[in-house]
Amino acid sequence: MKYWISVAVLLIVAFAAALSGVNEYFFYAGYIVLTFVVLATAWNILGGYAGYVNFGTGAFFGFGSYAAVVLFKALGAPLIVQIAAGAAIGAALGFGVGIMTLRLRGIFFAIATVAILFIAETLMVNWRYVGGATGLQLLRPEATAPFGSYTRMLFVVMTLLAVIAVSVARYIQTSWIGRGLRAIRDSEEAAECSGVPTLRLKLIACVVSGALMGAAGAPMPMYLSFIEPASSFSLNWGVSALAMPMIGGTGHWIGPVIGALLLGSVQQIVTVTISNEINVLVVGVLLVLFVVLAPDGVIGLFKRWTRSSR
Amino acid sequence: MIFSFDLLFEAVLFGVLLGCFYAAVSIGLSVSFGLLDVPHVAHPALMVLGSYCTFIVAGWGLDPIVAGVVLMPVFFVLGVLIYRFYYETFEKRGTEAGVRGLAFFFGLAFIIEVGLILVFGVDQRTVQAPYIGSSLALGEYRLPYRMLVAFGVALCLTVVLTLYLSKTFTGRAIKAVAQDEPALRLMGANPVRIKQWAFGIATGVSALAGAMLIIVGPVEPALDRLYIGRTFCVVVLAGLGSMTGTLGAGLILGISESIVLMMFGASWAPAVAFGLLLVVLGIRPQGLFGR
Repeated sequence: MKYWISVAVLLIVAFAAALSGVNEYFFYAGYIVLTFVVLATAWNILGGYAGYVNFGTGAFFGFGSYAAVVLFKALGAPLIVQIAAGAAIGAALGFGVGIMTLRLRGIFFAIATVAILFIAETLMVNWRYVGGATGLQLLRPEATAPFGSYTRMLFVVMTLLAVIAVSVARYIQTSWIGRGLRAIRDSEEAAECSGVPTLRLKLIACVVSGALMGAAGAPMPMYLSFIEPASSFSLNWGVSALAMPMIGGTGHWIGPVIGALLLGSVQQIVTVTISNEINVLVVGVLLVLFVVLAPDGVIGLFKRWTRSSR
Repeated sequence: MIFSFDLLFEAVLFGVLLGCFYAAVSIGLSVSFGLLDVPHVAHPALMVLGSYCTFIVAGWGLDPIVAGVVLMPVFFVLGVLIYRFYYETFEKRGTEAGVRGLAFFFGLAFIIEVGLILVFGVDQRTVQAPYIGSSLALGEYRLPYRMLVAFGVALCLTVVLTLYLSKTFTGRAIKAVAQDEPALRLMGANPVRIKQWAFGIATGVSALAGAMLIIVGPVEPALDRLYIGRTFCVVVLAGLGSMTGTLGAGLILGISESIVLMMFGASWAPAVAFGLLLVVLGIRPQGLFGR
C-alpha cells in the first residue's frame, strides 16, 4: 500500500513538473535517466533474479526504436502504438533469447547476446527503408494538449514506463516467479529436480525483460528526432544496463532504481561538464569497483552499515 | 550479385590468409577462456591495447613485428597481475563468481577502450613497414604482403603454442589444470601458479596479435567490439582449448567472411562471425574439434 501511494505521488509530481515552468533541460536529462531506470530494471529481471547475464540490451532497445520508426514512417502511428510495437518486438526477441537459455548458460549466453546485438545492427544498416547506416531524420508531431513541448510529454511517458517496469519487477520478485528464478540462479539442476518449471520461468523472465527494453527504446527516435543504427544498437546500453543493477544491488527491485538514478545522474553531469567519453569510463570504473569491493551494491553497503551501527 | 569461379578462388585464397590471422588473434583466448575457463571478455580489448603499444614502440623506429615481440614480456606480467587479481577477488571466494566475473571483465574492456580514446582519440592509427602497402602478384591474383606477413606469424605462433602445450612440462601442466584441477593439486602442484602462468602467456600472445592487427589494417579504440565476435567464434567453433582446432576454426571463419564480403559487400561482413557463433552455440556448443 505504501508503495502504491508513493507511486501515485511520484506520478502526480512528474505530471505537475511537466506542466510547470521548470527549465526544459531538466526534462531532457531526466528522460535519459528514466530510460536507464527502465533498462536497468528490465535487465535485473533476467540478470539479477535468474543470473543470466545479458550484454545485448542494445538489441532489444534498438529493435524497439526501429519498430517505432517503421510504424511512424509507414502509418504515422501515434506514440502509444509505437511503444506497444516496441514492447511487442522486444517480447518476441526475448522469447527467442529464452529458447537459447535451454542450451546456453554463463559466458556462452552472454556472448550469444552480443552476437544478437551485432546481427541486429547489421540488419538495420542494410535496410534502406529506415535509412541504412546514415540513419533517418524524423519530423516530430505537435505535442498533445496539456504539454508545452514534446520533450515534456516524453518525460511523463517515460516516468509512466519506469513506474510500470518497477512495479512489474517488484511483482515478479515477491511472487512465485521470483522464487523460482532465484532457485534457478542458485542451482538450475537442483531447481529442475525439485519440480521448478525452469524453462517456463526463464521464458517469462526473458519475455518481460525484452518487452520492457523494447518499450524503453520506442520513444527514443522521437526524443532525438533522429535514428541511426550505430548508437541505437550500441554496446554502451548493455554495459550501463548491467552496471546499474550491479551498483545498486541485484537482489531487490529497488537496487536497479538506485543504481540508475545514481549512475544516470552522474553520467548526465559528466557529459555536460566534461565529455561523453569520460561518462562511459565512469560506468566502467564504477562497475569494476563495485563488483570487486561491494558485491551486493549500495543495498549491501547500506545493510552492512545499519548492522554495524546497531 | 556477380559470381564466377575466378572470384570465388580469389575469395578463398584471401580467406585462408585472413583465417590464419583470425586464428592468431584468437589463440590467446583459446588458452585463457578455452583451457582456464576464465570469462575473458576483455581479451579483444587487451589486443587492441597491444596494437596501440605497438604503434608507440614502432614509432621509435622498430619494425612492428619486433615491437610486438618486445611487448610480449610486458603483457605477460600484465596478464599475471590480471589473473592474480581475478583469482583473489572472484575465484577464491567461489560464490556467484559467474555473473560478477563476467561483469568485471566487461567493465575492464570498457575501461581499456575509453582509456585509449582519451589518450589517442577516436582516429584510426596505422604503422609503417616495408611490407605494408605493396602486394605480391601471383599470376592474375594479388596478395597483399601485409596479409602474408600476418599469415606467417600466425602460423608460427600456432605451431609454437601447440608444441609448447604438448611437449614441455609446464605446457602439459596447463592442460592438466584444465582437465582436472583437484587431481593436479593432489600431485603436489599449485594450480593457481600454473593458471597464472598460462594467463600470462595468453596475454603475452595478445601483444603480438595486436601487432598483427595494426599491420593488417588501421586500428581504432572501438575495434575490440567487433573482435569479441571473431575471437569467441573461433574459440567456440574450435572446441574449447584445442590449438589445432583454433587454426581450423580460424580458416572456416576467414573463408566464409571473405566469400560473404565478395558476394554481398562489406556492410554484411561483421555479421558473419556473430552469425556463425550463434549457429555453433545453438547447434554444437562443444565445437567442431572439441577436446
